[in-house]
Amino acid sequence: MSCWETIADYALRSQGIGERLLPRSDFTLCQQFTLIGSGMIWNIYFGVVALCFGFFLATAVAMGKAAQNPLFRKPAEWFIFIFRGSPLFIQFFFAYFLFLSLKSVSPFFDPLTSAWAGALVVLFLNTAAYSGEIFYGALQSIPKGDIEAADAYGLSGWTRFRRVIWPTMLRLAWPAYTNEAIFLFHATTLVFFSGFPATQQRGDALYYANYFADKTFNPFVPYPILAGYFIILTLIVIGLFGLVNSRLNRHLPQDARRKIKVRPQIIR
Amino acid sequence: MFSYCTDPATLEGFQWLSCYLTTGKHMSMYYAFGTVLLLLAITAPTALAFGFAGASAARSTVAPLRWIGKTYIAIVRGIPDIAFFLFFVIALDQAFEYIRHRIKCPDWTEPVRQGNDFVVCTAAKLPLGNAPQWVHETYGFMLAVLTFAIVFGAFAANVLFGAMRAVPKGQLETAEAYGMSRRQTFWRVLVPQMWVYALPGLSNLWMVLIKATPLLFLLGVEDIVYWARELGGAKQPQFTDYPHPDWRMWYFGALLIFYLCFTKVSEVVLDRIMAKLTHGQATTAGERQRKAAA
Repeated sequence: MSCWETIADYALRSQGIGERLLPRSDFTLCQQFTLIGSGMIWNIYFGVVALCFGFFLATAVAMGKAAQNPLFRKPAEWFIFIFRGSPLFIQFFFAYFLFLSLKSVSPFFDPLTSAWAGALVVLFLNTAAYSGEIFYGALQSIPKGDIEAADAYGLSGWTRFRRVIWPTMLRLAWPAYTNEAIFLFHATTLVFFSGFPATQQRGDALYYANYFADKTFNPFVPYPILAGYFIILTLIVIGLFGLVNSRLNRHLPQDARRKIKVRPQIIR
Repeated sequence: MFSYCTDPATLEGFQWLSCYLTTGKHMSMYYAFGTVLLLLAITAPTALAFGFAGASAARSTVAPLRWIGKTYIAIVRGIPDIAFFLFFVIALDQAFEYIRHRIKCPDWTEPVRQGNDFVVCTAAKLPLGNAPQWVHETYGFMLAVLTFAIVFGAFAANVLFGAMRAVPKGQLETAEAYGMSRRQTFWRVLVPQMWVYALPGLSNLWMVLIKATPLLFLLGVEDIVYWARELGGAKQPQFTDYPHPDWRMWYFGALLIFYLCFTKVSEVVLDRIMAKLTHGQATTAGERQRKAAA
Protein backbone atom coordinates (compact mmCIF):
# COMPACT_ATOMS: atom_id res chain seq x y z
CA MET A 1 0.00 0.00 0.00
CA SER A 2 1.48 3.29 -1.02
CA CYS A 3 1.62 6.29 1.25
CA TRP A 4 -0.99 8.16 -0.81
CA GLU A 5 -3.49 5.37 -0.25
CA THR A 6 -2.79 5.47 3.47
CA ILE A 7 -3.38 9.21 3.51
CA ALA A 8 -6.62 8.76 1.59
CA ASP A 9 -7.73 6.10 4.06
CA TYR A 10 -6.73 7.64 7.34
CA ALA A 11 -6.38 11.41 6.93
CA LEU A 12 -9.90 11.99 8.26
CA ARG A 13 -10.06 8.86 10.43
CA SER A 14 -10.43 10.91 13.62
CA GLN A 15 -13.73 12.25 12.23
CA GLY A 16 -14.93 8.77 11.32
CA ILE A 17 -14.38 9.23 7.57
CA GLY A 18 -12.37 6.67 5.62
CA GLU A 19 -11.08 3.24 6.63
CA ARG A 20 -12.88 1.94 9.73
CA LEU A 21 -10.23 -0.40 11.15
CA LEU A 22 -7.02 1.05 12.50
CA PRO A 23 -3.83 -0.63 11.31
CA ARG A 24 -3.05 -3.60 13.55
CA SER A 25 0.42 -4.75 12.56
CA ASP A 26 3.35 -3.78 10.31
CA PHE A 27 2.98 -0.12 11.18
CA THR A 28 4.64 2.15 8.64
CA LEU A 29 5.94 5.61 9.37
CA CYS A 30 3.41 6.95 6.90
CA GLN A 31 0.53 5.45 8.88
CA GLN A 32 1.80 6.95 12.10
CA PHE A 33 2.25 10.40 10.56
CA THR A 34 -1.18 10.31 8.93
CA LEU A 35 -3.17 9.07 11.91
CA ILE A 36 -1.50 11.31 14.46
CA GLY A 37 -1.98 14.23 12.08
CA SER A 38 -5.60 13.24 11.69
CA GLY A 39 -5.96 13.37 15.46
CA MET A 40 -4.66 16.94 15.45
CA ILE A 41 -8.04 17.97 13.96
CA TRP A 42 -9.56 17.39 17.39
CA ASN A 43 -6.84 19.34 19.18
CA ILE A 44 -7.27 22.28 16.83
CA TYR A 45 -11.07 22.14 17.08
CA PHE A 46 -11.04 22.13 20.90
CA GLY A 47 -8.41 24.84 21.12
CA VAL A 48 -9.86 27.22 18.54
CA VAL A 49 -13.49 27.00 19.65
CA ALA A 50 -12.67 27.21 23.37
CA LEU A 51 -10.43 30.23 22.75
CA CYS A 52 -13.02 32.05 20.61
CA PHE A 53 -15.83 31.72 23.14
CA GLY A 54 -13.56 31.86 26.17
CA PHE A 55 -12.25 35.24 25.12
CA PHE A 56 -15.62 36.93 25.69
CA LEU A 57 -16.36 35.20 29.00
CA ALA A 58 -12.82 36.07 30.12
CA THR A 59 -13.44 39.76 29.44
CA ALA A 60 -16.67 39.58 31.43
CA VAL A 61 -14.98 37.72 34.30
CA ALA A 62 -12.11 40.23 34.40
CA MET A 63 -14.56 43.15 34.51
CA GLY A 64 -16.47 41.32 37.24
CA LYS A 65 -13.37 40.77 39.34
CA ALA A 66 -12.38 44.41 38.95
CA ALA A 67 -15.88 45.64 39.89
CA GLN A 68 -16.57 47.49 43.14
CA ASN A 69 -19.89 45.74 43.69
CA PRO A 70 -19.35 42.46 45.61
CA LEU A 71 -22.37 41.03 43.79
CA PHE A 72 -20.22 40.87 40.64
CA ARG A 73 -16.82 40.57 42.27
CA LYS A 74 -17.41 37.55 44.51
CA PRO A 75 -18.76 35.17 41.82
CA ALA A 76 -15.95 36.16 39.46
CA GLU A 77 -13.32 35.57 42.15
CA TRP A 78 -14.78 32.16 43.00
CA PHE A 79 -15.03 31.19 39.35
CA ILE A 80 -11.37 31.99 38.80
CA PHE A 81 -10.29 30.29 42.02
CA ILE A 82 -12.15 27.05 41.30
CA PHE A 83 -10.87 26.65 37.76
CA ARG A 84 -7.32 27.79 38.43
CA GLY A 85 -6.98 26.06 41.80
CA SER A 86 -7.77 22.52 40.70
CA PRO A 87 -6.22 20.23 38.09
CA LEU A 88 -7.84 20.27 34.66
CA PHE A 89 -7.61 16.49 34.68
CA ILE A 90 -9.90 16.27 37.73
CA GLN A 91 -12.21 18.91 36.24
CA PHE A 92 -12.64 16.72 33.16
CA PHE A 93 -13.47 13.65 35.23
CA PHE A 94 -15.86 15.54 37.49
CA ALA A 95 -17.62 17.22 34.56
CA TYR A 96 -17.95 13.93 32.68
CA PHE A 97 -19.62 12.16 35.59
CA LEU A 98 -21.72 15.23 36.35
CA PHE A 99 -22.98 15.23 32.75
CA LEU A 100 -23.62 11.48 33.01
CA SER A 101 -25.95 12.02 35.96
CA LEU A 102 -27.58 15.02 34.30
CA LYS A 103 -28.31 12.81 31.32
CA SER A 104 -30.90 10.90 33.33
CA VAL A 105 -32.63 14.19 34.21
CA SER A 106 -33.27 15.40 30.69
CA PRO A 107 -32.30 14.32 27.15
CA PHE A 108 -31.22 17.94 26.64
CA PHE A 109 -27.89 17.02 28.28
CA ASP A 110 -27.22 14.03 26.00
CA PRO A 111 -24.54 15.65 23.79
CA LEU A 112 -22.57 16.78 26.85
CA THR A 113 -21.47 13.22 27.61
CA SER A 114 -19.57 13.05 24.33
CA ALA A 115 -16.22 14.73 23.99
CA TRP A 116 -17.04 17.24 21.26
CA ALA A 117 -19.48 19.12 23.50
CA GLY A 118 -18.70 18.08 27.09
CA ALA A 119 -14.94 18.48 26.98
CA LEU A 120 -15.39 21.69 25.03
CA VAL A 121 -17.53 23.16 27.83
CA VAL A 122 -14.84 22.33 30.40
CA LEU A 123 -12.04 23.76 28.25
CA PHE A 124 -14.12 26.87 27.55
CA LEU A 125 -14.73 27.56 31.25
CA ASN A 126 -11.13 26.70 32.09
CA THR A 127 -9.57 29.03 29.55
CA ALA A 128 -12.07 31.74 30.51
CA ALA A 129 -10.84 31.53 34.11
CA TYR A 130 -7.13 31.58 33.20
CA SER A 131 -7.49 34.40 30.66
CA GLY A 132 -9.86 36.23 33.00
CA GLU A 133 -7.07 36.38 35.57
CA ILE A 134 -4.64 37.64 32.88
CA PHE A 135 -7.10 40.31 31.72
CA TYR A 136 -7.78 41.32 35.32
CA GLY A 137 -4.07 41.84 35.86
CA ALA A 138 -3.94 43.95 32.69
CA LEU A 139 -6.97 45.99 33.82
CA GLN A 140 -5.15 46.76 37.05
CA SER A 141 -2.10 48.04 35.19
CA ILE A 142 -3.84 50.39 32.73
CA PRO A 143 -2.03 53.73 33.14
CA LYS A 144 -4.04 56.19 35.23
CA GLY A 145 -3.38 58.91 32.65
CA ASP A 146 -5.19 57.00 29.89
CA ILE A 147 -8.43 56.90 31.86
CA GLU A 148 -8.08 60.51 32.97
CA ALA A 149 -7.59 61.53 29.35
CA ALA A 150 -10.74 59.62 28.38
CA ASP A 151 -12.63 61.43 31.14
CA ALA A 152 -11.28 64.74 29.91
CA TYR A 153 -12.61 64.00 26.42
CA GLY A 154 -16.03 63.46 27.93
CA LEU A 155 -16.06 59.73 27.27
CA SER A 156 -17.94 57.63 29.77
CA GLY A 157 -19.58 54.26 30.26
CA TRP A 158 -19.68 51.96 27.24
CA THR A 159 -17.82 54.35 24.90
CA ARG A 160 -14.97 54.75 27.36
CA PHE A 161 -14.75 50.99 27.81
CA ARG A 162 -14.81 50.23 24.09
CA ARG A 163 -12.46 53.01 22.96
CA VAL A 164 -9.95 53.22 25.81
CA ILE A 165 -10.10 50.58 28.52
CA TRP A 166 -10.67 47.46 26.42
CA PRO A 167 -7.98 48.09 23.75
CA THR A 168 -5.44 49.05 26.38
CA MET A 169 -6.28 46.00 28.43
CA LEU A 170 -5.84 43.75 25.38
CA ARG A 171 -2.56 45.40 24.45
CA LEU A 172 -1.14 44.89 27.94
CA ALA A 173 -2.46 41.36 28.30
CA TRP A 174 -1.62 40.08 24.81
CA PRO A 175 1.83 38.53 25.43
CA ALA A 176 0.51 36.60 28.44
CA TYR A 177 -2.65 35.70 26.53
CA THR A 178 -0.57 34.24 23.70
CA ASN A 179 1.11 32.02 26.23
CA GLU A 180 -2.26 30.97 27.59
CA ALA A 181 -3.43 30.07 24.08
CA ILE A 182 -0.37 27.86 23.49
CA PHE A 183 -0.88 25.95 26.69
CA LEU A 184 -4.59 25.62 26.07
CA PHE A 185 -3.73 23.74 22.88
CA HIS A 186 -1.39 21.52 24.89
CA ALA A 187 -4.14 20.92 27.46
CA THR A 188 -6.50 19.62 24.79
CA THR A 189 -4.44 16.42 24.72
CA LEU A 190 -5.91 15.47 28.10
CA VAL A 191 -9.47 15.12 26.80
CA PHE A 192 -9.46 11.48 25.75
CA PHE A 193 -7.52 10.35 28.81
CA SER A 194 -10.05 11.63 31.30
CA GLY A 195 -13.32 9.81 31.08
CA PHE A 196 -14.61 11.18 27.81
CA PRO A 197 -14.85 8.16 25.51
CA ALA A 198 -13.32 8.10 22.04
CA THR A 199 -16.22 6.50 20.17
CA GLN A 200 -15.12 4.15 17.39
CA GLN A 201 -11.52 5.09 18.15
CA ARG A 202 -11.98 8.65 16.94
CA GLY A 203 -9.39 10.28 19.16
CA ASP A 204 -7.01 13.18 19.23
CA ALA A 205 -3.32 13.18 18.33
CA LEU A 206 -2.13 11.89 21.69
CA TYR A 207 -4.74 9.15 21.63
CA TYR A 208 -3.30 7.79 18.38
CA ALA A 209 0.30 8.31 19.49
CA ASN A 210 -0.49 6.33 22.62
CA TYR A 211 -2.19 3.68 20.50
CA PHE A 212 0.95 3.21 18.41
CA ALA A 213 3.24 3.26 21.44
CA ASP A 214 1.12 0.56 23.10
CA LYS A 215 0.97 -1.61 19.98
CA THR A 216 4.62 -1.36 18.94
CA PHE A 217 5.99 -1.01 22.47
CA ASN A 218 8.27 1.61 21.00
CA PRO A 219 7.71 5.17 22.24
CA PHE A 220 10.59 6.58 20.22
CA VAL A 221 8.61 7.00 16.99
CA PRO A 222 5.02 8.16 17.71
CA TYR A 223 5.80 10.65 20.49
CA PRO A 224 8.44 12.57 18.54
CA ILE A 225 5.96 12.75 15.63
CA LEU A 226 3.36 14.16 18.02
CA ALA A 227 5.97 16.58 19.35
CA GLY A 228 6.74 17.74 15.81
CA TYR A 229 3.08 18.44 15.11
CA PHE A 230 2.71 20.40 18.32
CA ILE A 231 5.82 22.46 17.69
CA ILE A 232 4.38 23.44 14.30
CA LEU A 233 1.04 24.27 15.94
CA THR A 234 2.80 26.37 18.57
CA LEU A 235 4.69 28.29 15.89
CA ILE A 236 1.44 28.96 13.99
CA VAL A 237 -0.25 30.22 17.17
CA ILE A 238 2.71 32.49 17.93
CA GLY A 239 2.62 33.80 14.35
CA LEU A 240 -1.11 34.55 14.36
CA PHE A 241 -1.10 36.13 17.80
CA GLY A 242 1.97 38.11 16.77
CA LEU A 243 -0.04 39.64 13.90
CA VAL A 244 -2.76 40.71 16.34
CA ASN A 245 -0.10 41.99 18.70
CA SER A 246 1.45 44.23 16.07
CA ARG A 247 -2.00 45.58 15.19
CA LEU A 248 -2.75 46.33 18.85
CA ASN A 249 0.60 48.12 19.14
CA ARG A 250 0.51 49.94 15.80
CA HIS A 251 0.20 53.44 17.34
CA LEU A 252 3.27 53.01 19.51
CA PRO A 253 6.89 53.79 18.62
CA GLN A 254 8.95 50.69 17.79
CA ASP A 255 10.86 50.49 21.05
CA ALA A 256 7.78 50.83 23.28
CA ARG A 257 6.05 47.77 21.79
CA ARG A 258 5.63 44.72 23.93
CA LYS A 259 7.20 41.63 22.43
CA ILE A 260 5.62 38.23 22.69
CA LYS A 261 7.77 35.88 24.71
CA VAL A 262 6.93 32.25 25.26
CA ARG A 263 7.20 31.29 28.88
CA PRO A 264 6.42 27.77 30.02
CA GLN A 265 3.31 27.78 32.17
CA ILE A 266 2.53 24.13 31.76
CA ILE A 267 -0.18 21.86 33.03
CA ARG A 268 -3.26 23.30 34.56
CA MET B 1 -13.99 -0.53 61.54
CA PHE B 2 -16.64 0.23 64.17
CA SER B 3 -18.31 -2.42 66.32
CA TYR B 4 -21.77 -1.78 64.86
CA CYS B 5 -20.56 -2.39 61.30
CA THR B 6 -20.97 -6.17 61.37
CA ASP B 7 -24.27 -6.16 59.45
CA PRO B 8 -24.37 -3.13 57.11
CA ALA B 9 -27.77 -4.04 55.67
CA THR B 10 -29.50 -2.99 58.91
CA LEU B 11 -27.76 0.37 59.19
CA GLU B 12 -29.26 3.73 58.28
CA GLY B 13 -28.08 7.24 57.46
CA PHE B 14 -25.02 8.49 59.26
CA GLN B 15 -24.08 5.14 60.78
CA TRP B 16 -24.17 3.49 57.35
CA LEU B 17 -22.02 6.26 55.93
CA SER B 18 -19.47 6.01 58.75
CA CYS B 19 -19.15 2.27 58.11
CA TYR B 20 -19.08 2.72 54.35
CA LEU B 21 -16.32 5.31 54.45
CA THR B 22 -14.07 3.14 56.63
CA THR B 23 -14.07 -0.07 54.58
CA GLY B 24 -10.72 -1.58 53.63
CA LYS B 25 -10.89 -0.20 50.10
CA HIS B 26 -11.60 3.29 51.35
CA MET B 27 -8.58 2.97 53.61
CA SER B 28 -6.51 2.19 50.50
CA MET B 29 -7.89 5.37 48.96
CA TYR B 30 -6.80 7.41 51.99
CA TYR B 31 -3.34 5.85 51.67
CA ALA B 32 -3.37 7.00 48.05
CA PHE B 33 -3.64 10.59 49.32
CA GLY B 34 -0.45 9.77 51.22
CA THR B 35 1.08 8.56 47.94
CA VAL B 36 0.35 11.94 46.37
CA LEU B 37 1.97 13.77 49.28
CA LEU B 38 4.95 11.37 49.16
CA LEU B 39 5.31 11.99 45.44
CA LEU B 40 5.36 15.75 46.05
CA ALA B 41 7.84 15.38 48.92
CA ILE B 42 10.28 13.34 46.80
CA THR B 43 9.75 15.06 43.46
CA ALA B 44 10.10 18.67 44.60
CA PRO B 45 13.72 18.42 45.83
CA THR B 46 14.73 16.04 43.02
CA ALA B 47 13.27 18.32 40.35
CA LEU B 48 15.02 21.27 41.99
CA ALA B 49 18.32 19.38 41.83
CA PHE B 50 17.74 18.52 38.15
CA GLY B 51 16.82 22.14 37.50
CA PHE B 52 19.90 23.42 39.27
CA ALA B 53 22.11 21.09 37.27
CA GLY B 54 20.40 22.11 34.03
CA ALA B 55 20.66 25.83 34.74
CA SER B 56 24.33 25.55 35.75
CA ALA B 57 25.05 23.53 32.62
CA ALA B 58 23.36 26.19 30.48
CA ARG B 59 25.71 28.80 31.99
CA SER B 60 28.81 26.66 31.53
CA THR B 61 31.80 27.84 29.49
CA VAL B 62 32.23 24.34 28.02
CA ALA B 63 30.23 24.42 24.80
CA PRO B 64 28.81 20.83 24.70
CA LEU B 65 27.70 21.12 28.32
CA ARG B 66 26.04 24.44 27.55
CA TRP B 67 24.21 22.95 24.58
CA ILE B 68 22.91 20.10 26.71
CA GLY B 69 21.64 22.55 29.32
CA LYS B 70 19.98 24.82 26.78
CA THR B 71 18.35 21.91 24.97
CA TYR B 72 17.03 20.56 28.25
CA ILE B 73 15.45 23.93 29.01
CA ALA B 74 14.12 24.47 25.50
CA ILE B 75 12.61 21.04 25.01
CA VAL B 76 9.66 21.56 27.32
CA ARG B 77 8.37 24.69 25.63
CA GLY B 78 6.74 23.45 22.46
CA ILE B 79 5.40 20.04 23.43
CA PRO B 80 2.47 19.05 25.68
CA ASP B 81 3.89 17.82 28.96
CA ILE B 82 1.50 14.90 29.16
CA ALA B 83 3.21 13.53 26.05
CA PHE B 84 6.44 13.62 28.05
CA PHE B 85 4.83 11.71 30.87
CA LEU B 86 3.59 8.98 28.57
CA PHE B 87 6.90 8.91 26.71
CA PHE B 88 9.35 8.85 29.60
CA VAL B 89 7.71 6.04 31.52
CA ILE B 90 8.14 3.56 28.68
CA ALA B 91 11.43 5.05 27.49
CA LEU B 92 13.04 4.94 30.96
CA ASP B 93 11.78 1.44 31.59
CA GLN B 94 13.23 0.21 28.30
CA ALA B 95 16.49 2.11 28.84
CA PHE B 96 17.02 0.50 32.26
CA GLU B 97 16.20 -2.97 30.95
CA TYR B 98 18.47 -2.47 27.95
CA ILE B 99 21.43 -1.44 30.11
CA ARG B 100 20.92 -4.40 32.45
CA HIS B 101 20.52 -6.64 29.42
CA ARG B 102 23.87 -5.48 28.08
CA ILE B 103 25.63 -6.10 31.40
CA LYS B 104 23.97 -9.33 32.53
CA CYS B 105 23.61 -11.22 29.26
CA PRO B 106 26.62 -10.37 27.08
CA ASP B 107 26.30 -13.55 25.00
CA TRP B 108 22.73 -12.84 23.87
CA THR B 109 22.83 -12.47 20.08
CA GLU B 110 19.25 -11.81 19.02
CA PRO B 111 18.20 -8.18 18.49
CA VAL B 112 16.33 -6.49 21.33
CA ARG B 113 13.60 -5.10 19.06
CA GLN B 114 11.89 -7.93 17.24
CA GLY B 115 9.08 -6.45 15.20
CA ASN B 116 6.60 -5.13 17.72
CA ASP B 117 8.29 -6.68 20.74
CA PHE B 118 10.94 -5.48 23.09
CA VAL B 119 12.79 -8.59 24.24
CA VAL B 120 15.48 -8.76 26.90
CA CYS B 121 16.80 -11.83 28.72
CA THR B 122 14.92 -12.88 31.87
CA ALA B 123 17.74 -11.88 34.20
CA ALA B 124 17.51 -8.30 32.95
CA LYS B 125 13.76 -7.90 33.48
CA LEU B 126 12.85 -5.06 35.81
CA PRO B 127 11.53 -5.90 38.29
CA LEU B 128 12.34 -9.61 38.12
CA GLY B 129 9.43 -11.80 37.11
CA ASN B 130 9.32 -13.57 40.47
CA ALA B 131 9.55 -10.41 42.57
CA PRO B 132 6.76 -9.80 45.10
CA GLN B 133 3.90 -7.39 44.34
CA TRP B 134 5.23 -4.52 46.44
CA VAL B 135 8.48 -4.46 44.42
CA HIS B 136 6.45 -4.00 41.23
CA GLU B 137 4.46 -1.19 42.82
CA THR B 138 7.53 0.55 44.19
CA TYR B 139 9.31 0.25 40.86
CA GLY B 140 6.31 1.80 39.09
CA PHE B 141 6.22 4.59 41.63
CA MET B 142 9.95 5.28 41.31
CA LEU B 143 9.61 5.47 37.51
CA ALA B 144 6.79 7.98 37.99
CA VAL B 145 8.90 10.04 40.39
CA LEU B 146 11.82 10.05 37.96
CA THR B 147 9.53 11.10 35.10
CA PHE B 148 8.07 13.93 37.15
CA ALA B 149 11.57 14.98 38.22
CA ILE B 150 12.87 15.10 34.64
CA VAL B 151 9.91 17.09 33.30
CA PHE B 152 9.67 19.48 36.23
CA GLY B 153 13.43 19.72 36.43
CA ALA B 154 13.31 21.27 32.96
CA PHE B 155 10.79 23.86 34.13
CA ALA B 156 12.83 24.54 37.28
CA ALA B 157 15.97 24.90 35.15
CA ASN B 158 14.20 27.59 33.14
CA VAL B 159 13.26 29.50 36.31
CA LEU B 160 16.71 29.17 37.89
CA PHE B 161 18.47 30.15 34.66
CA GLY B 162 16.42 33.36 34.64
CA ALA B 163 17.11 33.96 38.32
CA MET B 164 20.87 33.54 37.81
CA ARG B 165 20.76 36.19 35.12
CA ALA B 166 18.74 38.52 37.35
CA VAL B 167 21.48 38.79 39.97
CA PRO B 168 22.99 42.28 39.49
CA LYS B 169 26.14 42.23 37.36
CA GLY B 170 27.91 44.51 39.83
CA GLN B 171 27.84 41.78 42.46
CA LEU B 172 29.67 39.35 40.19
CA GLU B 173 32.15 41.99 39.04
CA THR B 174 32.91 42.86 42.65
CA ALA B 175 33.56 39.21 43.41
CA GLU B 176 35.94 39.07 40.46
CA ALA B 177 37.66 42.26 41.64
CA TYR B 178 38.29 40.55 44.98
CA GLY B 179 40.17 37.86 43.08
CA MET B 180 37.60 35.07 43.33
CA SER B 181 37.75 32.34 40.71
CA ARG B 182 34.71 31.56 38.54
CA ARG B 183 33.82 28.64 40.75
CA GLN B 184 34.03 30.74 43.91
CA THR B 185 31.97 33.52 42.36
CA PHE B 186 29.31 31.01 41.39
CA TRP B 187 29.02 29.29 44.76
CA ARG B 188 29.64 32.20 47.12
CA VAL B 189 27.98 35.13 45.36
CA LEU B 190 25.61 34.02 42.61
CA VAL B 191 23.89 31.04 44.23
CA PRO B 192 23.06 32.64 47.60
CA GLN B 193 21.58 35.70 45.90
CA MET B 194 19.52 34.08 43.17
CA TRP B 195 16.83 32.56 45.41
CA VAL B 196 14.94 35.82 45.94
CA TYR B 197 14.58 36.17 42.18
CA ALA B 198 13.73 32.52 41.73
CA LEU B 199 11.04 32.28 44.39
CA PRO B 200 8.05 33.68 42.43
CA GLY B 201 8.78 31.28 39.58
CA LEU B 202 9.40 28.35 41.90
CA SER B 203 6.21 28.93 43.87
CA ASN B 204 4.30 29.02 40.61
CA LEU B 205 5.99 25.74 39.72
CA TRP B 206 4.97 24.22 43.05
CA MET B 207 1.33 25.05 42.30
CA VAL B 208 1.69 23.46 38.88
CA LEU B 209 3.32 20.40 40.42
CA ILE B 210 0.38 19.98 42.80
CA LYS B 211 -1.99 20.15 39.87
CA ALA B 212 0.08 17.63 37.91
CA THR B 213 -0.18 14.90 40.56
CA PRO B 214 -3.40 13.36 39.16
CA LEU B 215 -1.39 12.44 36.06
CA LEU B 216 0.09 9.66 38.22
CA PHE B 217 -3.02 7.80 37.14
CA LEU B 218 -1.81 7.80 33.54
CA LEU B 219 1.51 6.37 34.65
CA GLY B 220 -0.19 3.29 36.02
CA VAL B 221 0.10 4.06 39.73
CA GLU B 222 -2.94 3.24 41.89
CA ASP B 223 -3.52 6.83 42.95
CA ILE B 224 -6.56 8.78 44.10
CA VAL B 225 -8.01 9.05 40.60
CA TYR B 226 -7.83 5.28 40.25
CA TRP B 227 -9.58 4.74 43.58
CA ALA B 228 -12.23 7.39 42.92
CA ARG B 229 -13.17 5.62 39.69
CA GLU B 230 -13.03 2.24 41.35
CA LEU B 231 -15.03 3.06 44.47
CA GLY B 232 -17.48 5.47 42.89
CA GLY B 233 -18.82 3.10 40.24
CA ALA B 234 -22.24 1.53 40.80
CA LYS B 235 -22.13 -1.44 43.19
CA GLN B 236 -24.59 -4.34 43.02
CA PRO B 237 -25.96 -5.89 46.26
CA GLN B 238 -24.72 -9.37 45.34
CA PHE B 239 -21.07 -8.30 45.20
CA THR B 240 -20.79 -5.98 48.17
CA ASP B 241 -22.26 -5.22 51.58
CA TYR B 242 -22.60 -1.56 50.64
CA PRO B 243 -24.58 -1.32 47.39
CA HIS B 244 -24.98 2.14 45.88
CA PRO B 245 -25.65 3.75 42.49
CA ASP B 246 -22.98 5.51 40.41
CA TRP B 247 -21.33 7.94 42.83
CA ARG B 248 -18.23 8.78 40.79
CA MET B 249 -19.40 12.38 40.47
CA TRP B 250 -19.30 12.80 44.27
CA TYR B 251 -15.90 11.13 44.53
CA PHE B 252 -14.41 13.43 41.92
CA GLY B 253 -16.15 16.37 43.57
CA ALA B 254 -14.31 15.42 46.77
CA LEU B 255 -11.00 15.27 44.87
CA LEU B 256 -11.72 18.68 43.40
CA ILE B 257 -12.26 20.11 46.89
CA PHE B 258 -9.11 18.38 48.17
CA TYR B 259 -7.04 20.04 45.45
CA LEU B 260 -8.70 23.43 45.98
CA CYS B 261 -7.88 23.31 49.71
CA PHE B 262 -4.33 22.16 48.97
CA THR B 263 -3.63 25.00 46.53
CA LYS B 264 -5.23 27.53 48.88
CA VAL B 265 -3.03 26.46 51.79
CA SER B 266 0.09 26.50 49.59
CA GLU B 267 -0.82 29.96 48.36
CA VAL B 268 -1.08 31.33 51.90
CA VAL B 269 2.19 29.72 53.01
CA LEU B 270 4.10 30.85 49.91
CA ASP B 271 2.78 34.41 50.34
CA ARG B 272 4.15 34.39 53.90
CA ILE B 273 7.58 33.18 52.73
CA MET B 274 7.65 35.79 49.97
CA ALA B 275 6.77 38.53 52.47
CA LYS B 276 9.64 37.34 54.69
CA LEU B 277 12.11 37.28 51.82
CA THR B 278 11.16 40.67 50.37
CA HIS B 279 11.51 42.30 53.78
CA GLY B 280 14.14 44.99 53.43
CA GLN B 281 14.83 44.26 49.75
CA ALA B 282 15.26 47.10 47.29
CA THR B 283 12.34 45.94 45.13
CA THR B 284 8.85 47.35 44.53
CA ALA B 285 7.29 44.86 46.92
CA GLY B 286 9.88 45.60 49.58
CA GLU B 287 9.29 49.32 49.18
CA ARG B 288 5.53 48.84 49.55
CA GLN B 289 6.14 46.85 52.76
CA ARG B 290 8.27 49.66 54.14
CA LYS B 291 5.62 52.28 53.37
CA ALA B 292 2.84 50.19 54.87
CA ALA B 293 4.81 49.82 58.10
CA ALA B 294 5.68 53.50 58.31
